[in-house]
Amino acid sequence: MEKKTVLRKPAGFLDVYKHKPGAEKDRTHYCPGCGHGILHKLIAEAMEDLEIIDDTIIISPVGCSVFAYYYFDGGHFQVPHGRAPAVGTAVSRANPDKIVISYQGDGDLAAIGGNNILQAANRGESIAVFFVNNAIYGMTGGQMAPTTLEGQVTTTTPYGRNPATDGLPLRMAEIINQLEAPTFVARVSLHNPANIRKTRAAVRQALQNAKEHKGFQFVEVLSMCPSGWKQTPVNCLKWIEEKMLPIFPLGTLRDRSAEATPVVRPEPVLEPGKVLEKLGLTEDKSRGFARGTVAEEYSEMSIRIAGFGGQGIMSTGQILAQVAMEYGYNVSWLPSYGPEMRGGTANCSVNIQDDTIGGAEAVSPNMVIAMNRPSMEKFEKTMVEGGSLIYNSTLVEISPSRTDIKAFPVPITGLANELGDIRVQSVVGVGAYAAVTGMFRPEDIIEMLPQFFKGKNKSIIDLNASAVRAGYDYVKNNF
Amino acid sequence: MSHYPRPGINPDYCKGCGLCVASCPKKVLAISEKLNSKGYHYCEYTGDGCIGCGNCFYSCPEPAAITVYLKDHQPGKEA
Repeated sequence: MEKKTVLRKPAGFLDVYKHKPGAEKDRTHYCPGCGHGILHKLIAEAMEDLEIIDDTIIISPVGCSVFAYYYFDGGHFQVPHGRAPAVGTAVSRANPDKIVISYQGDGDLAAIGGNNILQAANRGESIAVFFVNNAIYGMTGGQMAPTTLEGQVTTTTPYGRNPATDGLPLRMAEIINQLEAPTFVARVSLHNPANIRKTRAAVRQALQNAKEHKGFQFVEVLSMCPSGWKQTPVNCLKWIEEKMLPIFPLGTLRDRSAEATPVVRPEPVLEPGKVLEKLGLTEDKSRGFARGTVAEEYSEMSIRIAGFGGQGIMSTGQILAQVAMEYGYNVSWLPSYGPEMRGGTANCSVNIQDDTIGGAEAVSPNMVIAMNRPSMEKFEKTMVEGGSLIYNSTLVEISPSRTDIKAFPVPITGLANELGDIRVQSVVGVGAYAAVTGMFRPEDIIEMLPQFFKGKNKSIIDLNASAVRAGYDYVKNNF
Repeated sequence: MSHYPRPGINPDYCKGCGLCVASCPKKVLAISEKLNSKGYHYCEYTGDGCIGCGNCFYSCPEPAAITVYLKDHQPGKEA
């Protein structure tokens, strides 16, 4: 590199900030004395000197530096709060030959994005992270940040940050340094020219490593926020030195730049055929059941199945969807349940139709299978006029309130009980559905049972076959 | 100005933060009594004495506000 004879606005900046709205396309939006501008300058200078401007993609955060894309040359993403490492992961993996910079503040990186940065660092993503620690939320008006010092007064800690209620400041560089993968971890500061030069060196080391694709680089930069701290810029320098340095000691915590090797990731498999092959799905295993005659009203089904948790609600829905698939329908199955495995309420939506399915939830079903009273009361209201309601008359002792729908009271639990095991009620419901709609033949459902009850012995399969028949026959004989 | 090193300051880009003044080892920068077009008291070079250390350049948060012409600078030939 030729020796410089002029120190001037580096070429890593755009000549004209064309993306910045308004008339002032030649200066930054930052407050007087803001550290962002200094760090921006060091990064832009390094981009120029390392000749990486055209190969650098900068991820702007949320915070005052949200508009970093106004200033830097190179490619840009502006991402939601805290998500820069996640987006940086995608960008760097999709563009392994590029240099990815994640520029983040302390609220962004250490609060809402705390998990994102840890996971990206732990994976050793090929990202250079510049973390501006100014101990406060600047953009939003000076609230407490994870890095706010003990006793520091902010708009949300008017009595000062109290560890008893607010914890102690997070030392992010030390936390990142606990992980195995990062290549370079440093904490530097902007509080005087000597330290700005150390920051400059750290920025250059991080970007040199990034240029060589040597994994994850983390540079924490102690910076001033005169507006948030309500101090003059020059007083801020002293405040960093006296207040921040004892809590955030400076130095290179880790430098494996020399021994680090470029990150090599497995070649992604993007070809659909190869993915299917890997998943063992190349062979067409569909049974290709022939469809019978289905009445117009049952040709396009939107089904809600509901009951107590443990009644096999989800199974009923899954079996309906999978059987329908074998008849060549498009299907969807969408579960909805509470946290309980047993005893709560549960419902699922199933769509069966020839058209592409838009929404998976059966908002206005033309079929409801209600396994208990609350489910019937809840979902009959949602049904379209003329729809069909199969309800479990063993447990539902009332009649439906709607008169503009077709009601099929079927003692589903009772039929299962007669077979000796109430657990087969879910399959009784499938049989009843087949009989009401004419959509499936019972023998086709029975053929598929071994698939639904994998690993179960023959007596269980046979019991479920009887349950399909019981539900089917009950409907055929009574309606 | 005929000799180098010296700083070149664009008064209109200066926000008057004073970080350059604080950084200057030779105390040859000062905040002006005058206001720039944005209403800030801007930084001025007070005259001879610049040693070209670049402190003001690296301390200044505004990318284009300060340019420092180093000792070997030749006008019209920017490296």
